[in-house]
Amino acid sequence: EDKEEDESKEEDNGSQQNRASRRKNYQRKNRDGKKAREEGGQKKDRGKTAPTKDQKESENKEKKTTKRGKEGEKKDRKNSTSSGSSNSSDEESLSEEELAMLKEQVEQKKKLISTMRNKPWRMVKKLSVLREAQDFVEKFEGALGKGKGKKLYAYKMMMAKKWVKFKRDFENFKTQCIPWEMKIKEVESHFGSSVASYFIFLRWMYGVNLVLFGLIFGLVIIPEILMGMPYGSLPRKTVPRAEQATAMDFSVLWDFEGYIKYSALFYGYYNNQRTIGWLKYRLPMAYFMVGISVFGYSLMVVIRSMARNANESTADGDDDNFIFSWKMFTSWDYLIGNPETADNKFASITTSFKESIVDEQESNKDENIHLRRFLRVLANVLIICCLCGSGYLIYFVVKRSQTFSKMQNVGWYERNEVEIVMSLLGMFCPPLFETIAALENYHPRIGLKWQLGRIFALFLGNLYTFLLALMDDVNEKLAEEDVVKNITHWTLLGHHNSSAGNDSTVTPPPLDPADVPRGPCWETTVGIEIVRLTVSDILVTYITILVGDFIRACFVRFVNYCWCWDLEAGFPSYAEFDISGNVLGLVFNQGMIWMGSFYAPGLVGINVLRLLTSMYFQCWAVMSSNVPHARVFKASKSNNFYMGLLLLILFLSLLPVAYTIMSLPPSFDCGPFSGKKRMYDVIQETIELDFPLFVAKIFSYVANPGLIIPAILLMVLTIYYLNAVSKAYQRANAELKKKMQMQREEEKNKRNNKASTNPMLEDLEDLLTPSTKTESPPKQAEDKKIESPNGTSPVRKPGRGEVLAGSPMASGRGAAFTPPSQAFVMQPRTLGIRASYPGQPRPWGHPLGPLPGRGRGQPCY
Amino acid sequence: GAMGGSASLIPRDLLGEYQELTFLSKQEILLAYKRFSELLPKEERENAWSVRVPKSQILTLPELRANPFQHRICHVFSTSETKDDSMSFEDFLDMLSVFSDSATSDIKSHYAFRIFDFDDDGTLDRKDLEQLVNCLTGQGEESRLSSAEMEQLIQNILEESDIDKDGTINLSEFQHVVSRSPDFASSFKIVL
Repeated sequence: EDKEEDESKEEDNGSQQNRASRRKNYQRKNRDGKKAREEGGQKKDRGKTAPTKDQKESENKEKKTTKRGKEGEKKDRKNSTSSGSSNSSDEESLSEEELAMLKEQVEQKKKLISTMRNKPWRMVKKLSVLREAQDFVEKFEGALGKGKGKKLYAYKMMMAKKWVKFKRDFENFKTQCIPWEMKIKEVESHFGSSVASYFIFLRWMYGVNLVLFGLIFGLVIIPEILMGMPYGSLPRKTVPRAEQATAMDFSVLWDFEGYIKYSALFYGYYNNQRTIGWLKYRLPMAYFMVGISVFGYSLMVVIRSMARNANESTADGDDDNFIFSWKMFTSWDYLIGNPETADNKFASITTSFKESIVDEQESNKDENIHLRRFLRVLANVLIICCLCGSGYLIYFVVKRSQTFSKMQNVGWYERNEVEIVMSLLGMFCPPLFETIAALENYHPRIGLKWQLGRIFALFLGNLYTFLLALMDDVNEKLAEEDVVKNITHWTLLGHHNSSAGNDSTVTPPPLDPADVPRGPCWETTVGIEIVRLTVSDILVTYITILVGDFIRACFVRFVNYCWCWDLEAGFPSYAEFDISGNVLGLVFNQGMIWMGSFYAPGLVGINVLRLLTSMYFQCWAVMSSNVPHARVFKASKSNNFYMGLLLLILFLSLLPVAYTIMSLPPSFDCGPFSGKKRMYDVIQETIELDFPLFVAKIFSYVANPGLIIPAILLMVLTIYYLNAVSKAYQRANAELKKKMQMQREEEKNKRNNKASTNPMLEDLEDLLTPSTKTESPPKQAEDKKIESPNGTSPVRKPGRGEVLAGSPMASGRGAAFTPPSQAFVMQPRTLGIRASYPGQPRPWGHPLGPLPGRGRGQPCY
Repeated sequence: GAMGGSASLIPRDLLGEYQELTFLSKQEILLAYKRFSELLPKEERENAWSVRVPKSQILTLPELRANPFQHRICHVFSTSETKDDSMSFEDFLDMLSVFSDSATSDIKSHYAFRIFDFDDDGTLDRKDLEQLVNCLTGQGEESRLSSAEMEQLIQNILEESDIDKDGTINLSEFQHVVSRSPDFASSFKIVL
């Protein structure tokens, strides 16, 4: 280890020496360059002689290579060289103005350093420019500030440096903490980015759920377990006598009765004691706030990531002006690292090219439009029938299950009918929809959206029917509760009286908590329903994967040796990974979690486990038994589409929870809010008892409808205003686009005129243009070029400026490649669009420098 | 372990500078170094960054193996003076930085343009586009487009993207088109 360190140190020294010498060289070069520039400037007036041209050329190059781009940098550079020489002579005599200028330069250098990675330079060049800039900053940072200010300034700079380093380390640390990077990458290279996008979504979801898990477990469940009353101390924390016989059955794990029902995993277990333990932890309050903040946090996270996605893709994705170009330039997925997938991709790109060509031709014809329309209407009618049917089926089943639940010994099927039916519907309806959708003959990407929308409608319909039926159930329970409440009251009273009547001196033996008659506790019932649905969903998903993917793959693989037809290519073949189905499954599962987490705090724990296992399980299943899609889709913007679905689901799952919290009375004998009229009373209670009087007053003012309604109005107005502003921006953007195009055309016309008036120039252009463009068949040309010395790459070595200066023409294309690319960056960036140069058609044709008629906003050399 | 051994070969200053100059994190740079030195024969691994790796070796990377633009990528990122498209470690880093997740779409599109510019003349003309189509449709004979289709396709592309109507697509036109695409930044990506 020591040796290694020594070595690295030595190397360090070496590199530092290198650096120093390089720096020296660089400075010398700069000075030379400057001189040359001045010379060039002087000679400019004398007319265009050959050596001047050369010099100018080389000088241009150097200028460009060193700062390429914005004018600001150019200025900065000039300043730096001039002040570099003046400052070294006398640093003390700095006037205020100079100081300000220096400061500005230092700032500019710093900016340059921080944006260096955005420049398309070679590493060697980036390194040298970086070092130069850093040296400059180091050298002159100290000169800034006077007297006492100097120390403070130095200190501030030091802290800033430390802060940057810390941030970088933190970033490194963060990237190190991202789990499953390699796993996802492996999937990505086999299946392209679309399948991987599912796993990335899954991982993101896992992160969100971990936070929710932390909130709920840290603030509700753990405090309750540590500080709350233990099991068996209260009726609500005890299994009732009647159920005790079956409370430890194995089936408890499946239907969540028995001990699990009376545990901290469900709402009913919590006590309504205002504070618990020696910490005086306000558990009911915490329970309520956590329930709200679960939604608050989820909303915030989803919206934030949506906004970030929208920011990243500044493009208006529905822009269909560039269908062909996008297909051409952006359809290859560079992540594909597997030859088979690559073959699929080739095929899919080819078909998409062919299709779009055919589409283009067909869009002019528009034949058979009536038949297609008819088929589409028919398909939609069929699908609506399916949706209604499935909704009715679920309603029917839930109703039936309520009668079953009143009966005594019912079988396993009867008890779990709802879950089974819902899972079966979820399993069989999507393929059915897909079959029907074949009638419609949409473009696959549009087809995918329709399919997603329909499955979404199916799931949503099912979920809401389920909820409606559950609400019926809850209302029944509420009615039942009133009766039980009286019974309980009288039982307790009677017990007390009887024991008091028997013997007044002995205190009555307390009634065993298991014997107290209970209300039905609808909150726990709802929680249990949702948990059961979630668990059955998990099981069905896993079994589907196991049977539909793995067993099928095994069958196809091994039975193929002795079968009449080719199983791999023919009928069953291998399964493809169903992205849309999986994403929707995940989204709906999350909706269930959000809905259920208030009434079953333990649900999030189950979900975290589910996501964790499904990450490994699905990765394994995909790699072992799926084949890449025949038509490889890219992830594209659908990411935000998924997020939109998630947001919708979040909102929809918020509704029933908010409704139950705001308008249903909590059960009288279970849960943290028992005894209150409404659950939210807990806030009022806390404010009245725990806060000073004026807070309560402020709160009552704030909660006044007279204040809330104007606030809502204000928000609506703000939204309206912002919307209008964004529309105006969009219009302005479009206008600018149009203007630019017009200018371009204008300039082009101008150029054409000039070209026709100046045949001399044209001739020269033709002379200088190497005839590389007439290089035989494309494929061979490519191969040839790799070996041929003619295929020059834009070489960029440190000393390139001088080399080029020596032979401005000799290096031909290779050397001259660079100017146009630099010229492009040199333009000021406009709104989203970079103006193109209608300059000269062949950039290498002009060692003379820029042609007349180049765009505006450019430095002239 | 092996990782630590190779890690210590990059001086700390330089590592910092690389982080400053690329879109890569420290781990990614170290991983890149490891992968790069694995491409070298054993005896050359000690001084992996003064050595150039020949193109044939670079193309054995699984990340490039299936890529139809592998030759172009090597060509564009190589700084070799002998034009053999071999890569030094710094070239390699340049490449990974451009293809990394956090690189801006500006720089990505710049390099994409140079990759697609098969004859290195600074514009995409019909020949370049034809070659590009051939790369994208693969080697198989049956998957090739017919010449009429090719003609139609290129015509359409030029109509869409060639804003100044000079028959070629230059860098800014290219960037204009590509920056609008929802897929580009997510697919122009290679992860080691």
